[in-house]
Order: sequence, then C-alpha cells, then structure tokens
Amino acid sequence: MYSKEVIKHFKHPKNMGEMKNPDAVGQVGNPNCGDILKFYLKVKDNKIKDIKFETLGCAVAIAVSSIMTEMVKGKTLEQASKVTNQDVADALGSLPSFKMHCSSLAAQALKKAIDNYKDNLTEQAS
Amino acid sequence: MKKREIYLDHAATTPVDAAVFKKMLPYFSEKYGNPSSLHKAGDQAQAGVIKARQQIASFLNCLPEEIYFTAGATESDNWIINGIVEKARQNIKKPHIITSSFEHNAILEPIRVLEKNGLIEASLLSVDKDGLIGLDQLKKAIKKNTVLVSIMYANSEIGTVQPIKQIGELIKKINPKIVFHTDAVQAVNYLNCDVNNLNLDALSLSGHKIYGPKGIGALYLKKEIPITSLIRGGGHERGKRSGTENVPGIIGLGEAITVIKKQSHDKIKKLRNKLITGILRDIPDSYLNGSLEYRLPNNAHFSFKGVEGEGIVIALSETGIYVSTGSACASHSLSPSHVLTAIGLSNEQAHTSIRFTLGRQTREGDINHVLEVLPKIIKRLRKISGR
Repeated sequence: MYSKEVIKHFKHPKNMGEMKNPDAVGQVGNPNCGDILKFYLKVKDNKIKDIKFETLGCAVAIAVSSIMTEMVKGKTLEQASKVTNQDVADALGSLPSFKMHCSSLAAQALKKAIDNYKDNLTEQAS
Repeated sequence: MKKREIYLDHAATTPVDAAVFKKMLPYFSEKYGNPSSLHKAGDQAQAGVIKARQQIASFLNCLPEEIYFTAGATESDNWIINGIVEKARQNIKKPHIITSSFEHNAILEPIRVLEKNGLIEASLLSVDKDGLIGLDQLKKAIKKNTVLVSIMYANSEIGTVQPIKQIGELIKKINPKIVFHTDAVQAVNYLNCDVNNLNLDALSLSGHKIYGPKGIGALYLKKEIPITSLIRGGGHERGKRSGTENVPGIIGLGEAITVIKKQSHDKIKKLRNKLITGILRDIPDSYLNGSLEYRLPNNAHFSFKGVEGEGIVIALSETGIYVSTGSACASHSLSPSHVLTAIGLSNEQAHTSIRFTLGRQTREGDINHVLEVLPKIIKRLRKISGR
C-alpha cells in the first residue's frame, strides 16, 4: 500500500526524539483525531540548525515528520516555511489521496514552530 | 502464505479450506452448466446447488426452501432491510426498524438511507461498555409499527456475543409478527446457529468468513414471511433473487459449512487467552476492549496508550504478522470505528486499538512470536510519539 520511501522513514525515522532546550516548538493535532505532530527547532543565524520530531500517528504521519526534518534542516526559516505538503508528498514518492492530510499536518506543525520562534524573539526583544 | 507469515485477521477474511476448494473445482470447467438449463449439463450443476442448499439448511435447522443464495452477507443484509420495508409499506406508511448502534455498516447504511428518505422510523439501541444490548432497552423500543429487529449475533470488531435467543423470545412475546433478523457472519464459525432454537426469522451469512470463497453468501428467511426482491431479473431462487447462480461459490459455501461442525474451539480459545494474558502482562498501559466472557473464542481487541493503531498494523505487517485496527487513520473516511465509540471508548482509545482474530491454522508458536515482537514495536512507536 505504501511506497518504499514511506516504509523506510517509518522503520528508520530521521531526527526522532525530544530536543533539550529547543529554541521553538510547534505542535498540531490532538489524541481525539489520532495524530499529534511536534517539531522542536534549534535556530542559528536564521537557519534551522537542528530539528527533531515526536509523532503519535500512522505510518504516513511518522514518515512525513521524518522526511520534513530532512528537507528543512540547514535551510533558512524563509526557505523552510515555503515547503508545502505537496513537496513532502512528492518526496515520499506518492501518497494515497486519503493520506494527503498527513502531509498538511507536517507543514502546519513546522509553520507553528517557526511562528513560535519568531514570537520568542519578539518577547526577548521587548 | 510463504515463510514466517502469521495471519491473525480472520475476522476480515479466511483462507479457503483445502477440502472445500477441492469440492469446488469440478464446477468451474467440468460441471459448468447453468443450473437453469434443461439439459444434462444444467442438471449436473443444479444437483450441486441442491446439495449445498440442503447442507446449509441442515446446519441452520431450517427448510432448504428457506435458504436463498446471494453475493455475500452485505447483499443479504441490504435485502432483508429493503425487502421487508418495501412489503410493509404496502400497509404501513412508515414502518419502524430497531437495530443496534454497533452493527456492521451493511445493516446501518441501508437503514440510514431509508430513514433519510422518510420511508421508515429507526431506533438504534445502545450497547454497554462490554458491548452487550440490554433487553429492557429493546422492550421499550418496540412500537405498534415495528416490523423488523436486526441485531448482529457476534460483533466483527470486539467479538462480543448478543443474547440472541432471549432477544428472539422477547420479540415473539410482544409481537410475533415482527421479523427478527441477525447478521451471523462472525458467529457461524463458533456459535449455535439453530434458527428455531434462537427464535430467528432471518439470518445472513458469508462464505469468506467461514473458510469458504469470497463473493457468496446466503439469507435464511422463514417460509411465511413476505419480502420483495432486491435483485430482479430471470426469477431465480424461487423468483426472489435473480441472477445465474454462482455455482462454484455455492458449492464452496455448502462444504465450508459442513466443515464447521467438526471443529473444536478449545484450542483457539486457549491460544487467544494466552495472547491476552501475555499482552496485558508484558505491555504497560495496554487494555482489553469488550467483555471477555461473552466473546467469540478467537477475538482479542486492545488499546495501547500513546501509539496509533495503523502504525502498529504496518509495523507488524513488516514483520509478517497481520492484524487490523479500529483507528481512523486506517479508514478512508478518517473517522474512528463506530463500534468502538459505541462501547464508550474515547476517540483516543479507538485510534490506539488493534484487533487480533485467530484462525484454524494458528499455532502456539505464532502466539509466542507475537508476544516477542509486539512489545518491542509498541516501545519503538512510543519513543517516536514521546508518549
């Protein structure tokens, strides 16, 4: 049912786990809908120096989280926020149409993390 | 299946029994006649159909002419609901149907559509946390215009068994004219299906759940009960269900049913209980869903905190172990199983659920292997989720 890429990232996820002292955190979903995606960011010079994820979800949810971290690590915040759910889906080969929402969750969680970082900056400045 | 593959999803489907398959084969390319044909080739096929009908009638303790062949239990379910209602509406403007909130969608969907179109009133009985229907609730639900009560014998997800005999007795006491139907698809393998003993007027069963072929089922319908047809055409099945008979399928269904009588359930129950004990012991925050007592001997259904069900299914599948889940992620509709929410499970519990259904070929070694592999999978997925 799933592409080799999905299974690969599901079995051997990249950048998985909690980050100590992150610069920002972004989480979407809730146990009610069955998916929770959380990204931790470490940012330096406006670039994503390190990113980690924790995901409660199906094989695709885990795979999109993992591949998203690979796609945005080392990128600037601007570049990272341009990554769409379609980009993620394409990177995984193909996703069944009823699984496309999982890729949107990854994009949303990343956006939340980036926004959280910007909010933290503003707070520090004030 | 090749090498080490452990199939524990028998509620989804079963392999065709080797002896059953052997009996079916001649009807593909040797005795391939149309049973309705007048010549000897037709007679040969018809003889097979007659025998199969007798086999099923004997199993259910009814008359052969009370057995109708269909393309599966979904058709049987659709037929009993639509056929009884259409007939009843010749006399009652809005007949009333009673069913339960945790029936298979093959019962719920036709009822939903009839209700939406204003043709019936429907009552959905709730179930308790063990998955059982209360007789008092049923008694209160029966009205003057109730024409049909449909309650599934054994639930396909959590395996709980309804008190069909008592339900039938109650209905007959209140109004013997009410048609009492059960979807017995999951029950046929393990439970008494004597329709007289159970006070049943109608029953649906399916071939591919009882080690027979896919694409064949049957509806038992008591002789005097009037019903209109769902599938119209050449007038087969005594004018009630048209379409050239799926002869090999029918042969397979008949043979599969005769094989059932020879099975003992002690072994499967022991293995199932070993699985339950092992999982609850070795995996923290794991829970058994549904009544342990009033349950099919092959079913075990769990929720695992902090891990999503579809992920568990895929992870197990990668190791050659095949199960299923009630999680939304696994359904195309993205909503969790209505059965699980009906027994009071939260959405979270439904999303973290796994169903194991053992079968005739399940061995102790298979259970041991699952108990080795599953805790590691749950641990890994809990690490990924951080919960």
